[in-house]
Amino acid sequence: MSKELVRKSMPQRKAKERIGDFQEVNLGYTEEQAILEAKRCLQCKKPLCIKGCPVEIDIPKMIEYIAKGDFIGAIKNAKEKNALPAICGRVCPQETQCEKLCILKHKGQPVAIGNLERFIADWEASHTTNSKEYNNKEQSEPNRGAKGIKIAVIGSGPAGLTCAADLARMGYEVTIFESLSEPGGVLRYGIPPFRLSRGVVDREIEYIKNLGVDIKVNMLIGQIKSLNNLFAEDYKSIFIGTGAGLPRFMNIPGENLNNVYSANEFLTRINLMKAFKFPEYDTPIACGKKVAAIGAGNVAIDSARCALRLGAQEVSIIYRRSEQEMPARDEEILHAKEEGVKLFLLTLPVEYYSDEKGCVKKARCIKMELGEPDGSGRRRPIPIENSDFEMDIDTVVVAIGQSPNPLLLHSTPELKVAKYGNLVVDEESLETGIKGVFAGGDIISGAATVIEAMGAGKRAASSIDNFLAKK
Amino acid sequence: MFEILVNRELAPGIKLLEVKSPDITKKVKPGQFIVLRINEKGERIPLTVADKHPERGSLDIIYQEVGKTTRELGCLGKGEFLLDLVGPLGKPGEIAKYGTIILIGGGVGIATLFPYIKAFKKAGNKIISILGARTKELFFLEKEIENLSDEFYITTDDGSYGKKGFVTDLLKDLTEKKIDLVLAVGPLVMMKAVRQITKPLKILTWVSLNTIMLDGTGMCGSCRVTVGDEVKFACVDGPEFQADKVDFDELIFRNQRFSKEEAISLNIYNEKCGNKRCPKN
Ligand SMILES: Cc1cc2nc3c(=O)[nH]c(=O)nc-3n(C[C@H](O)[C@H](O)[C@H](O)COP(=O)(O)OP(=O)(O)OC[C@H]3O[C@@H](n4cnc5c(N)ncnc54)[C@H](O)[C@@H]3O)c2cc1C
Ligand SMILES: Cc1cc2nc3c(=O)[nH]c(=O)nc-3n(C[C@H](O)[C@H](O)[C@H](O)COP(=O)(O)OP(=O)(O)OC[C@H]3O[C@@H](n4cnc5c(N)ncnc54)[C@H](O)[C@@H]3O)c2cc1C
Ligand code: SF4
Ligand code: SF4
Ligand code: FES
Repeated sequence: MSKELVRKSMPQRKAKERIGDFQEVNLGYTEEQAILEAKRCLQCKKPLCIKGCPVEIDIPKMIEYIAKGDFIGAIKNAKEKNALPAICGRVCPQETQCEKLCILKHKGQPVAIGNLERFIADWEASHTTNSKEYNNKEQSEPNRGAKGIKIAVIGSGPAGLTCAADLARMGYEVTIFESLSEPGGVLRYGIPPFRLSRGVVDREIEYIKNLGVDIKVNMLIGQIKSLNNLFAEDYKSIFIGTGAGLPRFMNIPGENLNNVYSANEFLTRINLMKAFKFPEYDTPIACGKKVAAIGAGNVAIDSARCALRLGAQEVSIIYRRSEQEMPARDEEILHAKEEGVKLFLLTLPVEYYSDEKGCVKKARCIKMELGEPDGSGRRRPIPIENSDFEMDIDTVVVAIGQSPNPLLLHSTPELKVAKYGNLVVDEESLETGIKGVFAGGDIISGAATVIEAMGAGKRAASSIDNFLAKK
Repeated sequence: MFEILVNRELAPGIKLLEVKSPDITKKVKPGQFIVLRINEKGERIPLTVADKHPERGSLDIIYQEVGKTTRELGCLGKGEFLLDLVGPLGKPGEIAKYGTIILIGGGVGIATLFPYIKAFKKAGNKIISILGARTKELFFLEKEIENLSDEFYITTDDGSYGKKGFVTDLLKDLTEKKIDLVLAVGPLVMMKAVRQITKPLKILTWVSLNTIMLDGTGMCGSCRVTVGDEVKFACVDGPEFQADKVDFDELIFRNQRFSKEEAISLNIYNEKCGNKRCPKN
């Protein structure tokens, strides 16, 4: 392979150093690295990469600017489509999105589109945010509130933020209602700061506020206001982006023992409430020395890596299929292994045992083998008879998936809910059963990805615009 | 930011906080609660809405200073602010005409009981109230509750006021008459003891469970409790549950899961303010 074809790898901190804190693992490209990487792009006439990006960034154009060293041009280009580039550059599963379709993938290694996107967003932040002039000129919105029409967005995760940003740019007056104390959804309470620093989340949300979006926190819609209340307050259309925040449990004996957490509780205590800084911060977390995270998605891996950083000595992932079926991103699995997380594959916990104080002290597991592919296309795990064994553990984090947040749906019976709790919408317009009420993100898809939620938010924004134009 | 209008002592270690939140005041119903956070570094804690003042757009919270956060809350004065206040949370109680209702409040649980008593009275029920506390000086709202009650009883552990003993001693005698509903709010052991009496008698009994909560909106499962064969989230499925099926023993363990950390927090806080109760209020 000629030198130019070799993809620039992401500079990162050493495993030993990084498990001592919650700072970012990846360091980002230098200007030289970014330009060299950008020059690998073939500037395809029919770029396939764009088809892999749910918000349709003009990827070759963005990369062309970078190759020329015009980083401002590049970030402006990306932001036309994507209000959260520094976030996407960090957490998008690029390997299954844009980079999967990059023509260079067939020849070896695709262009590192995500890394480049991260680079330009960070470059903009470090070179321009201190300049008031730049902020006023580049970031203010000439259209702000021009239409004089109010729209309510429920939930401030990637779906809600994207929908709000697009609508604000079109000239609508947008208010986001968020139940937690800070905006961002999973970006705030779920994904840990060592993958996505809180400074980055703050910065990109600030950008969306600068577009004219008003964010009201501590507002649990369904309890404090109903959808009808919002219509009565003259919001002409509503977007629901309440996410998949309902934790699933396995319903096995001992799951309510102390030190058995849902991943949502474990991660919210740490990431939103900063329990890793206890007692400086008041919210406690009890994390032992031998921790098991159950599951194999990003959520399980994040939980395991957080446990390491809280000082656990032995951290395991327990998963009932094999490594090949693990849904987490490859990079996360690799990072977790580098940091010392052990994989217990083809293993299923079936019971937890208690010590005299009601805390978990042991798990009983069984071994599995893989059978025929199931509905998801992955091979079905089958228990092996008499394969039970016991494991000493003192903390368990259950990360086997989340379902759509039911609260608002239950308090609004007119909304139609499908079998797994997903909100039912029109596939094209994303409109719900209630006229003028649209929805997108994890609430309609079940737990998915940041970029898919953003794609849905974008689509809903244009549907809302159409809906209001027709009125 | 949510402005504090009043923060005053009702009894030693028990305070009434009146805080402004017109939106919540408009919606809140008996049995519902809020989650508050004092400041950036604070913990989110759930507290029941004891009363509301629509004319001022404010609500009352009655709380006991038990640990770091409630102690710190006790130090805030009129004109200061809470950073976060979210609600109303939980399901409202099922207010209806049942007939004769025994309402039992233990300790600071009396605060949760008060809005129920008002609502049940208004719905035309016969109200029998039993309030219990360790000792005489710990009672609050007793005049208000007495005025709303058709029968009114007080017990203290030390006999300094009312009948000496536990609320459950009185309950035994009172259940000889026909009772349509019992509602008990207080320490878990008290609610469990009430259930012990009413279950064999097949009296419909409700309890309000104070589990450890984090978000209070149904997304973390911190507050989970076993009711019958099901795991419920107290913040959205409750906090009120039918007592006969609640696994109290599991919950008693679960409520101690951060006792080590709570002690650390309180110690640091006490050292900082010389282990004195705040002089302000
Ligand atoms: C630990 C973890 C790691 C992940 N890692 C990745 C990753 O690396 N890459 C990736 O692409 N995806 C990842 N995901 C998935 C991704 O984060 C989600 O798919 C995405 O956030 C969904 O966006 P959303 O806007 O639909 O919902 P959310 O991000 O869940 O946001 C919903 C928001 O709505 C609020 N809300 C809910 N109900 C109400 C109500 N009634 N009133 C007001 N507000 C309400 C919630 O508080 C929340 O803030 C991860 C998820 C988790 C949990
Ligand atoms: C629905 C509900 C309504 C409540 N209403 C009232 C009320 O009206 N008045 C009142 O005085 N108290 C009420 N409580 C209890 C109150 O939340 C706790 O006393 C408070 O959280 C203690 O915090 P702390 O930091 O002062 O004490 P800590 O030292 O942290 O804890 C003392 C004890 O309080 C409990 N506790 C700790 N953290 C939490 C938490 N995050 N959520 C719930 N319980 C916790 C634990 O059992 C703990 O052992 C209610 C609890 C619930 C769940
Ligand atoms: S937003 Fe995500 S999918 Fe789109 S180009 Fe960037 S990294 Fe690729
Ligand atoms: S497919 Fe790959 S090589 Fe072609 S334009 Fe897109 S990023 Fe460049
Ligand atoms: S407190 Fe989180 S689900 Fe009830």
